[in-house]
Amino acid sequence: MSSLDILVTYDVETQEKSGQRRLRKVATICQNYGQRVQKSVFECRVTQSQLEDMEHQLLKVIDKERDSLRIYLLYGDRNRVTRVYGRDDYIDYDAPIIL
Amino acid sequence: MIKTILNTLYVQTQGSYLHLDHETVIVEQEGEKALQVPLHHIGTIVMFGNVLISPYLLGRCTDQGISVIWYDVYGRFSARAVGRTNGNVLLRRAQHQVLNDEKRALKLASRFVIGKLRNSRSVVQRAIRDYPDSKTSLEKAAKQLNQCIRDVDKQVTIDELRGVEGYGSSVYFEAFSSLLRTDDDFFVFELRSRRPPRDPINACLSFAYSMLTQDCISALEGVGLDPQIGYLHTLRPGRPALALDLIEEFRAYLADRFVLTLINRKQLSKSDFDMRPGGAVLLNEKGRRTFLAAYQKRKQEEIHHPIINQRVPLGLLPHVHARLLARYLRGDVADYVPFIMR
Repeated sequence: MSSLDILVTYDVETQEKSGQRRLRKVATICQNYGQRVQKSVFECRVTQSQLEDMEHQLLKVIDKERDSLRIYLLYGDRNRVTRVYGRDDYIDYDAPIIL
Repeated sequence: MIKTILNTLYVQTQGSYLHLDHETVIVEQEGEKALQVPLHHIGTIVMFGNVLISPYLLGRCTDQGISVIWYDVYGRFSARAVGRTNGNVLLRRAQHQVLNDEKRALKLASRFVIGKLRNSRSVVQRAIRDYPDSKTSLEKAAKQLNQCIRDVDKQVTIDELRGVEGYGSSVYFEAFSSLLRTDDDFFVFELRSRRPPRDPINACLSFAYSMLTQDCISALEGVGLDPQIGYLHTLRPGRPALALDLIEEFRAYLADRFVLTLINRKQLSKSDFDMRPGGAVLLNEKGRRTFLAAYQKRKQEEIHHPIINQRVPLGLLPHVHARLLARYLRGDVADYVPFIMR
């Protein structure tokens, strides 16, 4: 059960009330699996089955006519395949968490 | 091995509040969100002193098998939350049956003692190589430990076995002070003292053993064993005798050597300890933070495990051996082999 790093981004059409509701739902689902690194960009460290779950939940919520969802699977260690500039609030959940 | 090692969330800032938000844990400090983590990253939540947890989060944790453990503000264990009894009744029944079979119980108990003594000896032997100045006294201790190891199989009752273990342990702790390599007079060690620990080294050892015991309880519960039914340790209400049995083989490697490294590398200093009235010495909030960060890091280090012939993170060793123990109790294998460090 090795885990993989994924990148999830979305655009949700929010002109109507129903769109705003979808946006909130999509954000909550992403929040459950990973962490927000930009306004509508999430990085998640998940197992294959968690990825399937998450994808399934997201697909139930989005409106395929109006919204867009992209999931990128990052092959290799996140630290190696990403370059980050500017503000970065990423927290490594595998490092010691002591508050 | 399918099990992955999940992170432990340690909360020690007084007045923190933990609650559930969908599938995530939120830690609030002074009314502000200090952290939000998805539950799937967390295997254990450890809280020190005045830290609150919401009933919903607590319920979710016990449902999903996330251990929730409370310590008081000085790091002394106070409680842990346990969900429904899980695991295999037949396995627990096998546990009782071995307990009633004096011969098998003695044999199993002797395995834990062998593990403890051999690993203690390894720690001493490594020091003989590294610190030639205390060579004579250390060699003497190693020799006495050797004798203890040979004596283990000659004992015919559990009480006699406990005697050998006790003697080996006192020999080991007599040699322990020469393993400390610090010129700081604050870090002295004379004798193992607990309840309360009377010097900083003992404070660290007690804290490390306490963390390790909780890890062993979780590991045993994870494979469906009852942590209270032990063989080397006498049964007493509320006492996790089997977990105490299991930690024997890990003490030297996972706790003692870890503490020695912390002290010898000067990662801890006088300001990390509190002196309590009556002579007790305990790690304070700052000291615990350093300690726990290092402990968590160490759990992720990998070694090659000789029995299962796989690379294993140190944090999973108790889980591996809980599984081997379950196999032995169920009668799948003829013997239980303790963890022996190289």
